[in-house]
Amino acid sequence: MIRLKETSAGAKLRLPPLTGCTLRMLPQMRITSIAPYSGQADALRARLGGFPAPGEVLKVQGIDLVWAGGDLAFAFGDDLPDGLGAHCALSDQSDGWCGFVLQGAGAEALLARRLPFDLRNMASPGSARSVLDHLPVLVLRRASDRFEIWVWRSMVQSFVQQIRT
Amino acid sequence: MKRRDTGGSALNRARKLGFSFDGRAFEGVEGDTLASSLLANGVRLVGRSFKYHRPRGVMTAGSEEPNALLEVLRDGAWHPNIRATMQELHQGLDARAQNCWPSVRRDVMAVNDWLAPFLGAGFYYKTFMWPRAFWEGLYEPVIRRAAGLGRLPQSHQYDPHEKAFAFCELLVIGSGPAGLMAALVAAKAGADVILCEEDRQMGGRFLSDAGQIDGMPDGAWAAGVLAELAELPNVRLMPRTSVFGAYDGGVYGAIERVALHQAAPGRTPRECYWRITAKRAIMATGALERPIAHPDNDRPGVMMLGAVASYWQRFAVDPGRVVVFGNNDHALATAKALAADGMDIRAYIDPREITADAPFKTYQGEVIGTRGRHGLHAVTLRHKGREMRLEADTLALSGGWNPSLHLACHMNGRPVWDETIASFVPRERMVPGMQAVGAAAGIFSTHGALESGARAAMQALDALGLSATPPDLPQAEDTPYAITPLWQVQAQGRAWLDFANDVTTKDVAQAVREGFASVEHMKRYTTQGMAPDQGKSSNIGALAVLADATGGTIPGTGTTTFRPPFVPVSIAALGAGGYGPGFAPQRFTTSHAQTRKMGAPMIEAGLWYRPSYFPQATDRDWRCACNREALYVRHAVGICDVSTLGKIDVQGPDAARFLDFVYTNTMSSLKPGRVRYGLMLREDGHVMDDGTCARLSDQHFLITTTTAAAGEVIRHLDFVQQAYCADWQLRLISVTETWAQFAIAGPLADALLGHLLGDVPDLPFMGCVPVMVGGVGARLFRISFSGERGYELAVPARYGADLYRHLVALAEGFGGGAYGMEALNVLRIEKGFITHAEIDGRVTAFDLGLQGMVSAKKDCIGRAASQRPGLTGPARLQLVGLRPVDPQSEITAGAHLYPCDKPAKAAYGQGHVKSVCYSPTLESWLGLALLENGRARHGETLRLDDGLRGLRTPVEICNPVFFDPNGGRMRD
Amino acid sequence: MRLPCPCCGWRDLREFTYKGAADALHRPALDDPSGWDDHLHNRTNPAGETRDLWYHDPCGTWVCITRDTVSHAVISGVPLEGAR
Repeated sequence: MIRLKETSAGAKLRLPPLTGCTLRMLPQMRITSIAPYSGQADALRARLGGFPAPGEVLKVQGIDLVWAGGDLAFAFGDDLPDGLGAHCALSDQSDGWCGFVLQGAGAEALLARRLPFDLRNMASPGSARSVLDHLPVLVLRRASDRFEIWVWRSMVQSFVQQIRT
Repeated sequence: MKRRDTGGSALNRARKLGFSFDGRAFEGVEGDTLASSLLANGVRLVGRSFKYHRPRGVMTAGSEEPNALLEVLRDGAWHPNIRATMQELHQGLDARAQNCWPSVRRDVMAVNDWLAPFLGAGFYYKTFMWPRAFWEGLYEPVIRRAAGLGRLPQSHQYDPHEKAFAFCELLVIGSGPAGLMAALVAAKAGADVILCEEDRQMGGRFLSDAGQIDGMPDGAWAAGVLAELAELPNVRLMPRTSVFGAYDGGVYGAIERVALHQAAPGRTPRECYWRITAKRAIMATGALERPIAHPDNDRPGVMMLGAVASYWQRFAVDPGRVVVFGNNDHALATAKALAADGMDIRAYIDPREITADAPFKTYQGEVIGTRGRHGLHAVTLRHKGREMRLEADTLALSGGWNPSLHLACHMNGRPVWDETIASFVPRERMVPGMQAVGAAAGIFSTHGALESGARAAMQALDALGLSATPPDLPQAEDTPYAITPLWQVQAQGRAWLDFANDVTTKDVAQAVREGFASVEHMKRYTTQGMAPDQGKSSNIGALAVLADATGGTIPGTGTTTFRPPFVPVSIAALGAGGYGPGFAPQRFTTSHAQTRKMGAPMIEAGLWYRPSYFPQATDRDWRCACNREALYVRHAVGICDVSTLGKIDVQGPDAARFLDFVYTNTMSSLKPGRVRYGLMLREDGHVMDDGTCARLSDQHFLITTTTAAAGEVIRHLDFVQQAYCADWQLRLISVTETWAQFAIAGPLADALLGHLLGDVPDLPFMGCVPVMVGGVGARLFRISFSGERGYELAVPARYGADLYRHLVALAEGFGGGAYGMEALNVLRIEKGFITHAEIDGRVTAFDLGLQGMVSAKKDCIGRAASQRPGLTGPARLQLVGLRPVDPQSEITAGAHLYPCDKPAKAAYGQGHVKSVCYSPTLESWLGLALLENGRARHGETLRLDDGLRGLRTPVEICNPVFFDPNGGRMRD
Repeated sequence: MRLPCPCCGWRDLREFTYKGAADALHRPALDDPSGWDDHLHNRTNPAGETRDLWYHDPCGTWVCITRDTVSHAVISGVPLEGAR
C-alpha cells in the first residue's frame, strides 16, 4: 500500500527580492469557511464568541477569525468549537489557498500600488477581498507593516510573477 | 542661438552630457531637455512637417509641442514621435529627425511643398477616386508609405513598464501659482494631497517668469512652498507626471516618466501608468500660448514667446535677435522683462496701438512674412501701410492664452466663451468634484491665481469635512490682461494653423467652400487637430478662422470634443506587464509538473492549462498519441486530471430545495451517496451549463460545473440565492481549488483501484463514497465522461501531485496510461456527451434532446421561458451525429450543412458542425452538429461544406451517441 | 468608474460583473407569458435614474446600484434583499 505525500504549491517557487520589504510563503494551515445560515447569525456569534463584520479580523477563543466576503468568515487554525453545524455551513478550504507574508517598511507602499482599493483606510488588523492584477486575493493586515496575501492554490505562480513586476 | 554664459535655473552646468542628433555629436548639460540642448547648440531645424515636408523647429517648451517630434533610440529600438521638449537629456542620448529622407536638410519629399497648390485639404479624397481598381494595388500602398509621422519599432518591445493605483483626498493637477497655493492650503489643513506636475521641476510659470512675490523672486517663493510641502507626510509630490484623463467617479489617469531620463535605467520601469482616485481635484493646468496665423509662420526660429522666455530663464538659451509679435499686454510685459534681463529684442509688433515706453522699437502692424530656408533670418512686417523687413533669428509669437481646460471637458462638458480674454473657459462642475483654478480658469494674474487656488482648496476641504482658516495671501502682481484677438493676418501666402498636420487657413476656408462647415466636419476634412499634439496650439485658432469663413461667431461655432488622453500615452504603459505570462493569470493543476515532465503540450482551458496529449518517440504526429490514449480507456485504463471542473459545496437544510430551483431536474429526491447528472438553464430558457450533483449527506451536496463556466455558474447561483431565496437556510462556496480530482476510466479501472485502495467499495454507477487512499481521506465517485466503467477520485490538493504519479504508474502497469484533452474529446464525442462546444449559449434543452430533464412538477430558473413558442419544435437546430460517407474523409468543426443538390449559400444552410474527432475505436471521423429538425432526419445524407478550408464531403446524419448507445459499458 | 459594495465600500469597476436592469429581481408567475416577455426582454432605458445589478466578485455580493445615466452619478448600492 502506498502512503500519499504532500506537495507544497510553493515547492519550486522562487520568491523575488522586493524593495523595502520581504516576501515569504506561509506553511499550509487549516482553514475552515464559516457561513451562517439565514437568521442564525446571532446564535452563531454567541456560540463562537464573535463573528467578523466586513473588514474585521477577530481573535475569539483562541481562533483567528477573518472576514472573507459577504457574510463569510475564514477560521485559521484547528480548534473550532463543536456543534456549529446547526447554525452555519462549514467547509474545509485548507488546500485551496496559499498564504504569503509581505513585511517591512515598504510593504504598504508596494501593495498600495498594486491593489485597486484604498489601502490607507484598511484597519490593522483588518481584512479585504480584492483582485491583484486579475488574481482574486484575500488581503489581511496583521500589523502596520505586515500583510498576508492569500491566493488560490492554482495561481501561486501568477501571483509571484505579478508581485515581482 | 547659443547658450548664455550665465543663468539657467534648470541647469547643472558642472555635469556635461554628450548626446547625438542625426549622427552628429553634441554636448548639453544636466537639466537640459533635448529641445533646449539642441537650441543651445544652434540646431534649429529638427524635423519635417507631415504633408509638405517643410522644415520645422522647436516651437514650444512643453507637452503641447507640435513640431519637434523626434525618434529616440531606447532599449535597442527607435521610438517615434518623442517630443524633444519633454525628453530630458541624458548621457549618450541618441536622437534623429523623422519624416525626412535622406536627411533633414535635404529631404526628397520636400517636393510636396512645391506641389502644395495641388495638395490642399481633401486632396486624397478627390484625386484617388478612379480608376477604382488602382486603389488597392497602387494608391493605397504609395500613400501609406508617404503618410504618417515616424515609424514604430518593428520588433517586440519588452522594456519594463508599470501600472499602479493611488488614492488621495485631493488631487492637484499642475504646480504653478494656483496649484501650489491650493496644495499648500489643503496640505496644511491635513488633507491627503497628491500634486502632479508634468515637468521635471515643480513651479509652473514661476520657473520662467521674473515676477516678485512678497518682495522675493517668485521662483524662490515657489521653492520655499515646495520645501514645505515635501516635509509634510500627507503630501505626495509627483513630478514628471501628466494627468491625461478625467473619468467617472473621481478617477484620473496619469502617466509618469519614471526612467525615460536615465541613461541606463536597467529594470526600472520606463513609465508608470497611474490610476489616481481622488475625492476632490483641482485643475491648475495653466494655459497654452497660441500662435498667430501669418504667412510662413512655420519656419524654424518662429517660436512662442512664453517658450522663448522659458528657454532663456531655465535653460540659458540665447535666441539671438528677437522680434516679438503679440496682441496682448502680457506679451509686451514679457518682452520688456526679457529685454531688461539682457535679451536682444529688436522690435515689438502689435496690431493694437502701443503707447507705453519700451527699450526696443515698437510697431503697430502685423508680420506678413518670414525668410530663411532652414531657419529664420528675417521678418517682413506691415506698418502704417508700408512693408519693411527686419533681420531676426527668432520670431516670438503671442496670440493670447488658451486655458488648458481639456481635462474639464473629458466627461462631455462644453466650455464657454469668455470675450474679455478671447478664450474658452471651463464651466463649474464639468467634471464632478473637480474645480479649475488660475490660468486654467482664465485667471491670468499671479494674485488671481494664488487667490483662486486658495479658494478652491478651502472649498475642497469643506467638502472633505476638514476645517481650515483662509490663508493670508502673499503680495503678487495683479495687472489686468488686455487682448485684441488676432486670428489671422490678411496677407498673401500660406499661414499655418496646425503645424504638425500642415493645415493652413486656406484649408479651413476650402473646407467651408466645399460644405464641411461644422467644426467637427472641418476637423476631419482638413485633419486639423488630429496629429500627436491633438491641436493644442491650433484648435482655437482654427475654429476662429472657421467662424470667420462661415460668418458665425466663435461660441456659436463651438469646439470639437476634447477626449482623453491629454498627452500621448504609450501603449507599453497602458498594457504594462500584460505580455507573456502576465497577459492573464495562469492556473496550474497539481499534476502540472508531472504532466510537463511527460512532455505534454499544454492547452488553455479558461485560465487553466491542461495537457493536450502525451507524446512518445515513435509518434508520427499528435493523432498517434491521441488514438493511443483513447484506446487506453476503451481497452485498459486511462488517467486524466479533471480538477479544473468547478466544484461547489452546497450545504444547509434548504440545500435540496435550492438545487431543485436551479437545476431543471429534481435533486431533492437524490439519496445520500448518489450522484445525478444535472442541467442548468438561464432564465431566458437556454442552457447555461451541465454537470453532476452528488449528495454527500442529507444536507450536503457537491455540484460540479464545466471548466469554462465555473465563474458564471457561481455568480448565477449567488444571484438566485441572494435575489429570490435569501431567507432559505443554505450556503454555497467554491471548493474547486481544495480538491484534486482524477478520472480513472476503462475496463481495468476496478483492478487499478484494487491495487490502490486494497479493497474496492461496491459502488453502483452514479454512486459516491468516502474512502481512504494512501492514508488520506478521499472521495470516490463512480461517474464517467468516457462511456467506460470509470471513477473519479478526489483528494485534498496537497496530495494531488503524488496521487497522480501513482495513478499513472499503476495505469501503465495495466497497459494504459495518462490521457489528455484530445483523447478526452474523442471519447466524449464517441458517446455524444456535450461540452460548451455544443452548449454555445443559443441551445435549449429541447435542442440537445434533453427536454425530458425539465421537470414539469416544479418551477426552476428558465422553465417558463423554455416553454416559449420558438424554443421547441421542428424549426429548431437539434443535436445530431455525423459520419462522413467515406469514414476516412476528414470533416471539420465550423463547417456548414447543405442539401447535396444545393449551393453553399446562406439560404440553403440547415445547420453547422460543433465538434469533430477521428475515432480510433470506430475507425471513422465523427461529428456532432446542430441541424434543423435533426432528430427526425437520422439516415439522411447532406453535404458538409467548409468554405474556409475548401472542404466538401457528403455526411450521413445519425444518432449522436455513436458508441455503446445503451450505456452498458459504463453502467454494468 | 467606481461602485459602492455594501460590504467593501467604493470599489473599482474592475471588481464588478454587470448583469442588467433590476427588473430581474421580480420573477413573474410561471403561467404569465407576457409577464415573462417583459421580464426578460423589455427595458425602459431611462435618461436619468436607473437601477441595475452588479456582482462584486471578490466578496460574492450582488448589489443593486442606483445611478443616473445622464450625469453618470452613482447614487447608491444596496444588497438585493433591501432592493426588492
